[in-house]
Amino acid sequence: MSRVVGHPKHRIEDPALLRGNGRFVDDIALPDLLHVAFVRSTVAHARIIGVDVEIAKDMPGVHAVMQAKDLKPALMSLRMPLGASPSSAQNSSTPFVLSDKEVAYVGEPIAMVVAHSRYEAEDAVAAVIVDYDTLPVVTDARVGAVVGAPVVRTELASNVLNKLKVEFGDIEAAFSDAAHVFHDDLLQHRGCGHPMEGRGVLVEVRPGGNSLCVWSSTQMPHDLFHALSAMLDLDENRLRVITPDVGGGFGPKYCLYPEEFALPAAATILGRNLKWIEDRRENFLAAIQERDQYWSLDVATDADGRVLGMKGSLIHDQGAYAPKPVNLPYNSATAATGPYIVPAYSVDVSIVHTNKVPVSSVRGAGYPQAAFAMERMMDLIATELGIDRAEVRARNLIPPSKMPYTKPLKARSGAAMVYDSGDYPASQAEALAAAGWTDFPQRQAAALAEGRHIGIGMANAVKGTGRGPFESGTVRIAPSGRVSVFTGATAMGQGLATALAQICAEELGIEAEQVTVIAGDTAFSPLGLGGFASRQLVTAGSSVHIASKAVAAKAIKAASHMLDVPEEELELSGGHVRVKGNSNRGMSLAEVATRLRGAPGYAFPADVDPGLESSIQWKTDALAYANACHVVEVEVDVEVGHVTINRYVALHDSGKLINPMIVDGQIHGGIAHGIGNALFEVMGYDESGQPLTTTFAEYLLVTATELPRFETIYLETPSPMNPLGAKGVGEAGTIPAAAAIISAVEDALKPFAVRISQTPIVPETLFNLIQKGRAEMAARGEAIS
Amino acid sequence: MKPPPFEYLRPESLDELCVMLAGTENAKILAGGQSLMAMLNLRYVFPDVLIDINRVPGLAGIEIKRDRLRIGAMTRQRKIELDPLVNERAPIVAEALHLVGHRQTRNRGTIGGSLCHLDPAAELPTIALLHDAEIEIAKEGGRRTLPIADFIVDYMTPGIEPNEVVVAVEIPLWQDGHGYCFHEFTRRHGDFAVASAGCLVTCDASGTIDKIAIAVGGVSTVPLRGVEAEEVLSGTSGDDATVEAALSFCDGLDVLGDFHGSADYRKHVARSVLRKTLKTAISRARDRLGGLN
Repeated sequence: MSRVVGHPKHRIEDPALLRGNGRFVDDIALPDLLHVAFVRSTVAHARIIGVDVEIAKDMPGVHAVMQAKDLKPALMSLRMPLGASPSSAQNSSTPFVLSDKEVAYVGEPIAMVVAHSRYEAEDAVAAVIVDYDTLPVVTDARVGAVVGAPVVRTELASNVLNKLKVEFGDIEAAFSDAAHVFHDDLLQHRGCGHPMEGRGVLVEVRPGGNSLCVWSSTQMPHDLFHALSAMLDLDENRLRVITPDVGGGFGPKYCLYPEEFALPAAATILGRNLKWIEDRRENFLAAIQERDQYWSLDVATDADGRVLGMKGSLIHDQGAYAPKPVNLPYNSATAATGPYIVPAYSVDVSIVHTNKVPVSSVRGAGYPQAAFAMERMMDLIATELGIDRAEVRARNLIPPSKMPYTKPLKARSGAAMVYDSGDYPASQAEALAAAGWTDFPQRQAAALAEGRHIGIGMANAVKGTGRGPFESGTVRIAPSGRVSVFTGATAMGQGLATALAQICAEELGIEAEQVTVIAGDTAFSPLGLGGFASRQLVTAGSSVHIASKAVAAKAIKAASHMLDVPEEELELSGGHVRVKGNSNRGMSLAEVATRLRGAPGYAFPADVDPGLESSIQWKTDALAYANACHVVEVEVDVEVGHVTINRYVALHDSGKLINPMIVDGQIHGGIAHGIGNALFEVMGYDESGQPLTTTFAEYLLVTATELPRFETIYLETPSPMNPLGAKGVGEAGTIPAAAAIISAVEDALKPFAVRISQTPIVPETLFNLIQKGRAEMAARGEAIS
Repeated sequence: MKPPPFEYLRPESLDELCVMLAGTENAKILAGGQSLMAMLNLRYVFPDVLIDINRVPGLAGIEIKRDRLRIGAMTRQRKIELDPLVNERAPIVAEALHLVGHRQTRNRGTIGGSLCHLDPAAELPTIALLHDAEIEIAKEGGRRTLPIADFIVDYMTPGIEPNEVVVAVEIPLWQDGHGYCFHEFTRRHGDFAVASAGCLVTCDASGTIDKIAIAVGGVSTVPLRGVEAEEVLSGTSGDDATVEAALSFCDGLDVLGDFHGSADYRKHVARSVLRKTLKTAISRARDRLGGLN
């Protein structure tokens, strides 16, 4: 019987965060600190003819102005290594620490000013004169993919970074046997991550000058540690990387960034402690975005709307560089068939550079686009064949009898893509029932009679979570009795510490509050991967779970010797090993730990190794597949194209829930992100590659006033793929959201026969679609109902 | 996003402020700071001197003298929004203030700051224009009063000299029971409006419109009075057909497009917003008339 796991509990992290006692990068005080501001490219593509720092370097408070050539002595290469990759090798698409020859997007760092305050640093940045010879710009990946298009960087022969084909089944037969074939072209814009805390790097030069401690607001401290060690040719023992409190990751902090190398290199050369805190404008200009995908799809069905095959193409806008292996479009292409049985599938993927900030993952990492593509095709089938949208999906969903279900595709690890568990038809049915799907048409008709256009939409989603290959978890009970968990996973605001503390406390018979979790510090956890792919609870949680069990067993074994009571008569409770049925007899975990610490020459309990601790690196190549069904009700003001979300029902099956309150928060946040993707968030660029949205007045994030009340429903089908039975939840809320909202908007606009093939759908675009619908109906002589 | 260097001055009296204004070049006045601080941090403005008037006494306050509402330039927007006299005698001011930014920004933002910033999509300049407000302006050794129509010179350009400061706005009140409405379309609550409209209206005992004022904001370089629309509706019952006729005033607007809406779309939204505004204001005039009788 679970005491701690599975119960909603307030997050251990929150009292400090809510009282302003958090410790983010910018909160860390170091002596004699100098502040850094970057000179960034103001043009989207140019050759750098010269950089004049003469005025800047003599300005008040300026300590140094450094360019690539000045950092070179401290770096093995000016070109960055490929992050998050098995080889770490650089290539012709990894970014530069500082660019000295050519710039390929607005915001690319060219030089850095080191000054006594950030104010003075920014004053000097404004005085650095960069002489640009501007070059042709590519802002649209479709244009960039064409042979003969200008190249995004002159070192490239082509903007097409990679082409791949994702396919299975007999696609030709599927289409030749089809009763119906439907086509759509989809444009999907994702938007950015926008954590409350931007990026930030702090470097301490340790006494002696040849050791560094680097704090970075990153999801990947271990990746940074190894990359820095190699780039600075620094003995691993002389480097420590720490992720302190992080004010949100959301994907963009997954990559290695130029600033994370420029600061340690400059600190080494100058022998000074340095800090750089990204401001919001820089976050818009230089932090990873996940931006545009262009899908062109044909779907073949039988007479009843059962999918026989889907084929088409996907062009993925990669931006100017690829700081890590480009996995997103592979995620998209392999995830598109989602929870449905699709016998044959073939999609040609082109990954194309553009003169915009590099693209990598933002919450969902290619999956929201996949869900949008598939769900839009499902709605298209339903509309064209006159079948209820839910019914079309029900006819195509993988039934529980086929679980585990193998998609004829491979995950990144090379393992087969196996949906491990879940009941998709039951999930859909329950979500629809909760949302009142079947009686909606009556409500819709009544509203229309009053001149109100309401609509309902739905979308299903499947997300592979808990990506491996491993995550570390060490559980240690100190001689004081204090319990610590150390992990290579990264706490970035999701409540990881609370969840891991719960998992540990459950096995040790203590309260979660008695467990301290130390995450994201390479000095404490030599092995670790970090935060990405809704993985940390599954992977680090499994390691902590197994390690906690091992520590509990070890405590009982040692206490058995010390108390001279058989192990099977002992149990853990309240921080003690107790004799079952005799609560007065036993010993504290502190006493056991003290004994296992050892004392010079004194004998140890037989068959027990020193230290009351265990380190586990639970490994997996498989993913645990979570599923979801969202049902949304909207109202559209057809006069101006404004959408209001009136109701939002989200059903999620993320396996066994460790802390349902945290899960609820993650789902709410995920949906909010999805609403932004559906209706608000546009990262705009003009034709010259100048970003148009560089403040929150221009880039519209959803705020509380735009959000409906969320109704969440949880199913808990345990995953057989990990000892917790858990599935990840961080991204699941985002994935079906835009598809469900757009489906609802389209439903509301049925009287105008509007088809929506893009995200986001902003009021003017929607208004234009409505006007087009009106015009077409008028041309046909139809009255608008 | 740190401001460029500037000299900071903090006068403790209006006289001291006026002397400072007369003796400085390229100075900016800091009132509530809700626009200026962001513009400084983005380095959109480079003042040599920042004159913080938050400690100047006598610039904040709300009073009604006869049929005029006088609001001190440094009165916080939230204070005005919650003021019982304002809510009773000029309810459109409170209605519009609900839409100005957010409660947190209204706690700091001032009416004088908003008028001097003169963003065409801001609510308060449109309200001032609708009410034929008068702007009280001070400088070293003198004071003057400027009708709002003359105060609004051009895009974000108020009709004051570098050595002058706005000290108050005087709003002629409409008779008790007048109809009013301020309505706008924004992407999110608190954003600058894609288009906004305000209307004040009174009807005689027979329900005929005897006085009406109409203004639109957010669509052009400055907030605009809908004089033609006022003429169309005056002396009518304000029925739906007449309202539609009045909307044609929007067709002649010189509308600006931006990232959040093309000129055509904004013009369309302005029509839609104005339609709702006029209908609500007229209906309120009738209801309140009935209530008063």
